[in-house]
Amino acid sequence: MSMEVIKHDIVIIGAGLAGLRAAIAAAEKSREVSIALISKTYPIRCHSVCAEGGTAAVLREDEGDSFDLHAWDTIKGADFLADQDAVEFFVREIPKEILRLDNWGCPWSRREDGRIAQRAFGGQSFNRTVFAADRTGFHEVHTLYERSLMYPNIVRYDEYFVTNLFIEDNAVKGVSAIQLKTGDLVFFNAKAVILATGGAGRLYGFTTYSHQVTGDGLAIAYRAGVPLKDMEFVQFHPTGLIPSGILMTEACRGEGGYLRNRDGERFMARYAPERMELAPRDVVARAMWTEIIEGRGFEGPYGPYIALDLTHLGEEKIEERLPLIRDAARKFAGIDPVEEPIPVKPVAHYTMGGVHTNMWTETPVRGLYAAGEVAAVSIHGANRLGSNSTAECLVFGRVAGEKAVEYVTGKSFAEITKEEMLAEEKRLFDEILGKSGDENPYEIKKELNETMDKHFWIFKTGEEMKEGVKKIQELKRKYENIEIVDKKKGFNTDLMQAMEIGFMLDLAEVVAVGAYTRTESRGAHYRLDYPKRDDENWLKHTLAYYTPEGPKLDYIPVTITRWQPVERKY
Amino acid sequence: MEREVLFRIRRFDGEKEYWQDFRFTARKGMTVLEGLYFIKESLDGSLAFRASCRMGVCGSCAVKVNGKPRLACETQIFDVGDVLEIEPLDNMPVLKDLVVDMDGFFRKHEAVKPYLIRKDDDYKNPKELLQTPKELHAYYDFSLCIKCGACYSACPASATRSDYLGPAAITAAYRFCMDSRDEGKEERLGLVSGSDGVWRCHFNAECSEVCPKSVEPAKAMQKMRLMSAIHMIKSIFR
Repeated sequence: MSMEVIKHDIVIIGAGLAGLRAAIAAAEKSREVSIALISKTYPIRCHSVCAEGGTAAVLREDEGDSFDLHAWDTIKGADFLADQDAVEFFVREIPKEILRLDNWGCPWSRREDGRIAQRAFGGQSFNRTVFAADRTGFHEVHTLYERSLMYPNIVRYDEYFVTNLFIEDNAVKGVSAIQLKTGDLVFFNAKAVILATGGAGRLYGFTTYSHQVTGDGLAIAYRAGVPLKDMEFVQFHPTGLIPSGILMTEACRGEGGYLRNRDGERFMARYAPERMELAPRDVVARAMWTEIIEGRGFEGPYGPYIALDLTHLGEEKIEERLPLIRDAARKFAGIDPVEEPIPVKPVAHYTMGGVHTNMWTETPVRGLYAAGEVAAVSIHGANRLGSNSTAECLVFGRVAGEKAVEYVTGKSFAEITKEEMLAEEKRLFDEILGKSGDENPYEIKKELNETMDKHFWIFKTGEEMKEGVKKIQELKRKYENIEIVDKKKGFNTDLMQAMEIGFMLDLAEVVAVGAYTRTESRGAHYRLDYPKRDDENWLKHTLAYYTPEGPKLDYIPVTITRWQPVERKY
Repeated sequence: MEREVLFRIRRFDGEKEYWQDFRFTARKGMTVLEGLYFIKESLDGSLAFRASCRMGVCGSCAVKVNGKPRLACETQIFDVGDVLEIEPLDNMPVLKDLVVDMDGFFRKHEAVKPYLIRKDDDYKNPKELLQTPKELHAYYDFSLCIKCGACYSACPASATRSDYLGPAAITAAYRFCMDSRDEGKEERLGLVSGSDGVWRCHFNAECSEVCPKSVEPAKAMQKMRLMSAIHMIKSIFR
């Protein structure tokens, strides 16, 4: 077995929006530092391309928008679990990112006069969502990827699957990865590492996430001793296409679409009379699920659903503003939204929690940064507003890139030792690939998905969650007895996916234990046995630390600057 | 509605190539990609293929289905039939089973400077550039390329000349040349006018036919040829 060591000042793991933005920021700050951009897919295959609706930014203060308004919307949307200093910083930084993307070629949708257009979104009290039709993430990723090609000091490692993180004396010193093409284990020695690997993804069966989003960075950091913050807050997007779970963007409602129950009623009037369909996602998802539970959903071959009605918008508007939605609904559900409503139900969509960082993307480990969905800065708190996630990737991707350059300047490399390399080699190829057992890892994944869909869905109870935690722990034990069928080296996706399932089991346990322990309802975390928000006891962030017996929980305060928690009404 | 289907998959394990048959019960609406996942998760874990978004945006899962390059995620099994022959894309080396080496394909894309070029590029102080909806539409459809490689697989010119830039790269060049914000047209035309560029195209237009995003690379190619001819004449008199 050949073991190659590659040296770069900065290693970025993940080449979606946050990773690409970090790479460009680092390269802009210094043409001298060498930057490795590692991703397990080609960069433009990342999940960020699935972001549809847009990116929130205050561009038109002359028309009535303001930073304070964007901050307030975000903090209220977060059910007051967001760190307000980070939010204030975030809202001020995002407009510049929109203009940079414009200057780099992003095909933003435009007003007649040529200025950048904006649309309405849930929980945003001004039409501040910048968009490129309903393919915003796709165009943002392609624009950043194309721009990244201009910098000679960004070196790409496409289709490298990262397996571990190396830390010594609480400072990061590199990562290991399998080059998928050859199957070789490669070590990247680095002064700084930026995690940008996205959310916990496919823990759930009914989900909008791409297959490749498996929480690798979260799990690797967690196992290496870095705490994960607020992982119990999982967002359910109101409108997942049935049966695939493909995202039907919130822009459908932003552009005027309705949600209807089987009686044809716009039921949101009973749950959020002011904001109606454009209340935040947690509110809308709960309303839809209530309609379904109470028997007012439509009955379909895949179970009950709610109708997302765009028929009154007309073909021209749908073609101009929502072309992907029309195409996807036709291809994946056999329905033309111009003619009939789209069958949808709430769907697991976003991980509010993540690797614990401060507002400068710094984790508790020196030289280790996290940006984008993998991180919890935290600006989303208990519930993220639509169009704030792509915005987060751009702002905090940039911060991470710049901070990493500052950090590595004048620093020297700490070597990854021979022992560490041999141990990783042994772990991967002898203990995981070489093991014989009688469990099929994909069966375990299926059971995990069923467990999460059943026990950690929109409405939770302590009793159900307790059972769910037990089930996850049982699956973890089963996992110790898996067998990987493919024993060959080159492009072994069987090995990669088995390892991803291992990552997901660890993360599921963190989500589950965090949710079970938090005896209140806040944002996306809703418990029937504790239906009220409890600021006295729970206005605090959860931190989960890895132990071999399962996560150990700790709590830290939320940063409140100017906005005191109030009752949340829409 | 359910019925039995046959997936005949052309496999390659790094040493030998062979065909393998998989029979299973498919249901109405099931996609080729879901079929591949079913095989991997329940019948043979060693089957290798690429996939991610499963909604036709990421470009990972292009394969040949009964001879034609398509996105596995967008193709419903019953729309194809009861017997599906599934092969890796053409014109790129096969790494394993349905996975081809796309490094060369991406390098060709990089070679045409597929990014906005502006003299006043100012990283620290970006400014809003105006672009009317009409100017946007001049290039927008060509910005929808997902780099899945379907066109490249179907291209007869790419089959005969490995150095040919191919339809996707030239479409990318065209997309930026047509952007009202761009100032790099001449630079880019210089890159696509050589012997590995636009003049290699055979005009079979199969690229446009197989494109899952209706991008029409053949149209971009035709326009680029015209621009390229003007560029070459201009450079003679320069």
